Amino acid sequence: MKNGCSVFLAAFIALGASWWGFVLAPVLQLGTAKQTAVLNSSDIYPNQRPGDATLGLQVYRADGCAACHTTQVGQEGVACEIALTSLGKNQPVEFKKFIASLLDLPRLRPSSNSVTSQMQSWTGTVPQIIVTNLDVDTANNLLQHINAAGCKAEVQIVATGVDIARGWGMRRSVAEDFLWDDPVQLGSLRVGPDLADVGTRLNNAGWQLLHLYAPQSVAKNSSMPPFRFLFETRKSKTSGVPSPDALNLPTELAPPDGYEIVPTADAKNLVAYLLSLHAGVPLYDAPFTSRQASTNAPANKK
Amino acid sequence: MNDLSQQKIDASCRVPLLALFGGAAVWLIVGLGFALIASLNFHMPEKFGSCAWLTYGRVQAAANDAILYGFCIPAALGVMLWIFARLSQSELVLPLVPVVAANIWHLGVFIGIVAILIGDSTGFAWLEFPRGSSVLLFAAFLLIAISAVATFGQRKERELYPSHWFLLAALLWFPWIYSTANLLLASGHPVRGVTQAVIGWWFADNLIFVWLALVGLGTAFYFLPKLAGRPLQSSYFALFAFWTLILFGTWCGIPQAAPVPAWLPSLSSVAAALTIVPLIAIALIFVKTVCGADVHCQGGPFCYIKFGMVAFLLSGLMLIASACPQISRVTEFTWFGPAQIQLQILGFFGIVICGAIYELLPRIMGFELPFPKFVRGQHWFFMLGIILLAGSLAIGGVIQGRAALVTTNSPADILASTLPFLRASTAGLLLLLLGSLLLAANIFVMTFKWKLALLKSVIAALKAPLENSEVKP
Repeated sequence: MKNGCSVFLAAFIALGASWWGFVLAPVLQLGTAKQTAVLNSSDIYPNQRPGDATLGLQVYRADGCAACHTTQVGQEGVACEIALTSLGKNQPVEFKKFIASLLDLPRLRPSSNSVTSQMQSWTGTVPQIIVTNLDVDTANNLLQHINAAGCKAEVQIVATGVDIARGWGMRRSVAEDFLWDDPVQLGSLRVGPDLADVGTRLNNAGWQLLHLYAPQSVAKNSSMPPFRFLFETRKSKTSGVPSPDALNLPTELAPPDGYEIVPTADAKNLVAYLLSLHAGVPLYDAPFTSRQASTNAPANKK
Repeated sequence: MNDLSQQKIDASCRVPLLALFGGAAVWLIVGLGFALIASLNFHMPEKFGSCAWLTYGRVQAAANDAILYGFCIPAALGVMLWIFARLSQSELVLPLVPVVAANIWHLGVFIGIVAILIGDSTGFAWLEFPRGSSVLLFAAFLLIAISAVATFGQRKERELYPSHWFLLAALLWFPWIYSTANLLLASGHPVRGVTQAVIGWWFADNLIFVWLALVGLGTAFYFLPKLAGRPLQSSYFALFAFWTLILFGTWCGIPQAAPVPAWLPSLSSVAAALTIVPLIAIALIFVKTVCGADVHCQGGPFCYIKFGMVAFLLSGLMLIASACPQISRVTEFTWFGPAQIQLQILGFFGIVICGAIYELLPRIMGFELPFPKFVRGQHWFFMLGIILLAGSLAIGGVIQGRAALVTTNSPADILASTLPFLRASTAGLLLLLLGSLLLAANIFVMTFKWKLALLKSVIAALKAPLENSEVKP
C-alpha cells in the first residue's frame, strides 16, 4: 500500500462488494416483486391499503411510531395437527379407545399427553382437533391409521413460536406483506407490542382512538405516551348531544361541560392504517391452515 | 522539521477546524438534550402528550441524528483535515473551502432536525433527514473531501501511514453510501417493499459500524503512538485489520428474523462472525502499542483514546453476538441493539474524537486550553455516563428479551421488567450532557479569546503611529 491509488482501488473493491450484494442484488431480486396468490385460493395478496390507511402510514412515519413498535412477526417453525372431520360409522367412545391404542406406537409417545388432554372432554362433535404439535411424517402416519379405521381426518399446518402463541399473528411476516408500503416501517425495538396483526387483534376503531388519546385508560401500566395532539377539544355543536366522532372518555379525563374531544383527520387516518395491518393470509412461503371455516379450536386471543 | 513550519501547518487549520468543532459541540449538547427528553418518557409518559414535536418518536430520532450528523461527522472531518495536514507536512490546501462547507453542513443539520421535529422525517432509521437537508450535507462533505485530498496530494513522503488508509477509505465510503441510500430511499422514486428495509440496514451498518470505525481507528492509530511515545505495533497488523474490516464489516447489519429472503440474514451473520478477525487484530495492535508505554494519562487525551478503543472492541463483540442466531433469539427487538449503537457512537467514536480535539486544539490555537481541568472532568463524566447508559440498556435488553420469550408475559409486564434500567440510562445521559458542556466551554472560550486577540491586534494596528515616511511635512 505505497500510494494513494492502490488504497483507493482496494477500498473501492472491498467496500463496493457489499454494495453489489446488499443493494443491487436485493433490488434485482425484490425490486420488481408482484402480488402473489393466496394459498389454496384464487385471491391475490397483498391488496393496496385503502386511501385513508395509506395516509395513516404517513402519520405513523411522521410521529416515529416505529421507534417503539415493530410490524414483523417472528416464527420458529411449523407443526402439524390432525383434525377429525367425520367419525364414519364409529362411536366416539370406540374412537377414543382406538386413539389411545395408537398412542403406544413409538412415534406417537411424545405427543400422548397433548392427545389425552384434548380428548378427555370430547363428546363426539366434529370437527375436532385430536393431536397437536406433530411433525409432518408422524402426522401423515397417524392420518393413515385413522382413515383406515373408516374415519375422516385432515392434517392442518400451524405456525409455532412465541409471537404466534401471543396471538400477534397467524404466521411470520414475509416480504410480500410490505409490497405497497412507502416507507416500509419494520421497526427494530419492541417497547410496545408488535403491530403486524393489530388490525385483527384489536379491530375496534373507537378503542384505538381512545388508546391514542389516553393509553393508560384502556391498557393498564402502558408506558405509551398519549397522542393528544392528534385530537382537538371543541365546543359541542348541540348541547347535550355529542357529535358522533366525540370520544367517550371516563369522567376523570372528560373535557369540561359543553366541550368535546374529537379526532383530527390524522388520528382517523392513523387508526385506519392500524386497522389495515393483518398477518393472517396463508402464503406459499409462510403456510398455515386457515381456521376460519372449521373447528372449535381456541380462537385467536382478542 | 522545524517548529516554525509545524506551527504554520497547525495555524492553517485553525479557522476551518473552529468552524467544524464549534457547531459540533453545540449539536452534541442539543442531541444529548433531546435524548434526555426522550428518555424522560419512561419516567412520566403523560407529560409530553399535547406537544407534537416532543413526542417520543420524533425527539428520539432528532437526538440520534443530532449526535451522529451534528457532532460525530463534522468533528471527525475536522480531526481528519488536521491529520492529513500533519502527515503531509504541508499547510491545509484551500482552507476557505472547509470553512464554507462547515457552515453548509451545520445548516443542513439544522434543517434536518427541524424537519424531524415537525414530522417531516423520511421514516428510515439514521436517514431521517429529508432531501433538502441531505443534499446540503452531501455537498458539504464533498467540499471538505476536496480540501482533504488536495492536502494529501501535497505530502512530501510518498509512503503512506496506516491512518491514511483508514481515513481515505472513509472519505470514499461516506458519499457512496449516503448518496445510494438517499437516492434509493428518500427520492421521488423509492425502491419497492422490503428492499427499502434491506438498503436501510446496509446503510446504517456501514455508517455506524464501518465508517465510524474507519475514522475512529484512523484517528486512534495516529494519536496512540504519539501519546504513548512508541511506534504503532505494527503496520502489518494495521493493514490486515483494515482489509478484513472493510471486507467483513460492510456485510453486517441485516437482522436475523427480518422478513426478507433468507440468504440476506444468513450472509450477514456469517460476515458478522468473521468480523471477529479484524477485532482481534485491532485488539493486538492496541495492546502491543499501549502496554510498555511509560506514560500516565491522568485523564488526558491518552485516557480518552484508550477508553474509546476498549469501547470499540466491546461494541464489536456485541454486534457479533447479536448476529448469532442463538443469541439474537433473546436480544432481537430489545434494548440490546440501541445499547450497542450508543456504545459505538458515544463510547467509542465520541470519546476518541473528544480526546483528539483536546490534543490538537492547543496546537492549532497556539495557546493552552483555558480550562485544563475540564478535560479530566469530561473524561469522568463521559466514562461513567457511557457505562451507565450502554451498560444499563444492554442488561435491560437481555432481561427484556428473556421476559419476551415467556408467552404468558404481557407487553406491559415485559416493559415493567426493563423500566429500572431505562431510568438508570437517563442518569447516564445526564452525565454525558454535563461532559459535553465542559467540551463546549473549552472550545467556545478559546474561540472567544482568539477573536478578542484578533480584534486587539486590529485595533493596535489602527492606533499605531504612522510611519515617518507617510507623514507629510
